[in-house]
Amino acid sequence: MYNARYVIPALLVFIILITLPFWVNVVTPEYSRPELVLPAGAEACVEPVEYMRAEHMRLLNEWRDAALREGKRVYTSSTGQVWDINLQNTCMHCHTDKAGFCDACHDSNSVDPYCWDCHIEPGAVTGASGNGGKQ
Amino acid sequence: MKRRQFLQAVMATAAVSLVPSLPLGAAPGRETFSEGSKALKAGRWAMVIDTRKMNDPRLQKKVIEACHSRHNVPDIEGPQEIKWIWTDSYDHTFPEQLNNYPAQTLTDRRFLLLCNHCENPPCVRVCPTQATFKRDDGIVVMDYHRCIGCRFCMAGCPYGARSFNFSDPQEYVKTPNPKFPMRMRGVVEKCTFCSEQLAKGELPYCVQASEGGILFGDLNDPASDVRKALLSAISIRRKPSLGTQPGVYYIL
Repeated sequence: MYNARYVIPALLVFIILITLPFWVNVVTPEYSRPELVLPAGAEACVEPVEYMRAEHMRLLNEWRDAALREGKRVYTSSTGQVWDINLQNTCMHCHTDKAGFCDACHDSNSVDPYCWDCHIEPGAVTGASGNGGKQ
Repeated sequence: MKRRQFLQAVMATAAVSLVPSLPLGAAPGRETFSEGSKALKAGRWAMVIDTRKMNDPRLQKKVIEACHSRHNVPDIEGPQEIKWIWTDSYDHTFPEQLNNYPAQTLTDRRFLLLCNHCENPPCVRVCPTQATFKRDDGIVVMDYHRCIGCRFCMAGCPYGARSFNFSDPQEYVKTPNPKFPMRMRGVVEKCTFCSEQLAKGELPYCVQASEGGILFGDLNDPASDVRKALLSAISIRRKPSLGTQPGVYYIL
């Protein structure tokens, strides 16, 4: 082999560099799911918790399009419950702690949804009330 | 490895990959969306403003306040103002009324202006993202999630009914209504004919605050209040020659 004393060390450096994420992952502590502040006094969300955990963003997109574009503002869940489609008055009626619930997961997963650029989080202003959209 | 074995292995791998991956959660599938039993419905929503009654500055202020406070419309002075419903003079409101000697009762009046929710809305035609669109019941609404702030709709609207958020509007809302969203910098906003109120079975805020001076109803229903009012009095619409077919009528 020509220039083996240059080629082989260079190959080793290349392999180490390209597998660097794995080595970093080995030495850093394991990811742990953040502790969320769950709403007190609420027995169930609009859908089963496993579905909400994985797919709440899809549900919110569907809610937005149904309410705004089709004018359908009432949601009957797979469990038969009937809810008003409303982020501020239904979702965040129970999930009042944005920092402890929404932000805890979003921050640890490095996602930055723009919901609260416009929607008002509970406690930001006084006067929010109602029955939480449950019918 | 023989050619036959290799092909068998390839086919087996492909078959396994076709098996759908396990669902992450209990995916719903029986969920449904509906309009709700209380929602008000119409073939074509329209508004009739009786300018004889709505000429009262106190009433105009009350109506504007009722709308702007509930919808978190920021209070900004000057050329960057945001308005959903506002007032203007006779010659600004009806520039196509070419009579050189109009009645003084008209020229003295102030007229309530808002989005006309046109039958042929120019704003919808020019919107590149379909952020603004016309619903089946004639209401022209905004999807702020899609608005990119290009302001084509503001150029398209012949009635000046659209306002652009040049800066963060939330600093200019003194007492926000926690039940309604705000807007952000870089989106266009306007009157929604209170579509969120109609979904709850209630009339728009301006109609409720008008003490009977503003009527709201279905233009397709001959028995509706708006149709009866239009039959019984002389009414005009803004800039009719443009062919936009506004949904807001003014009784003179």
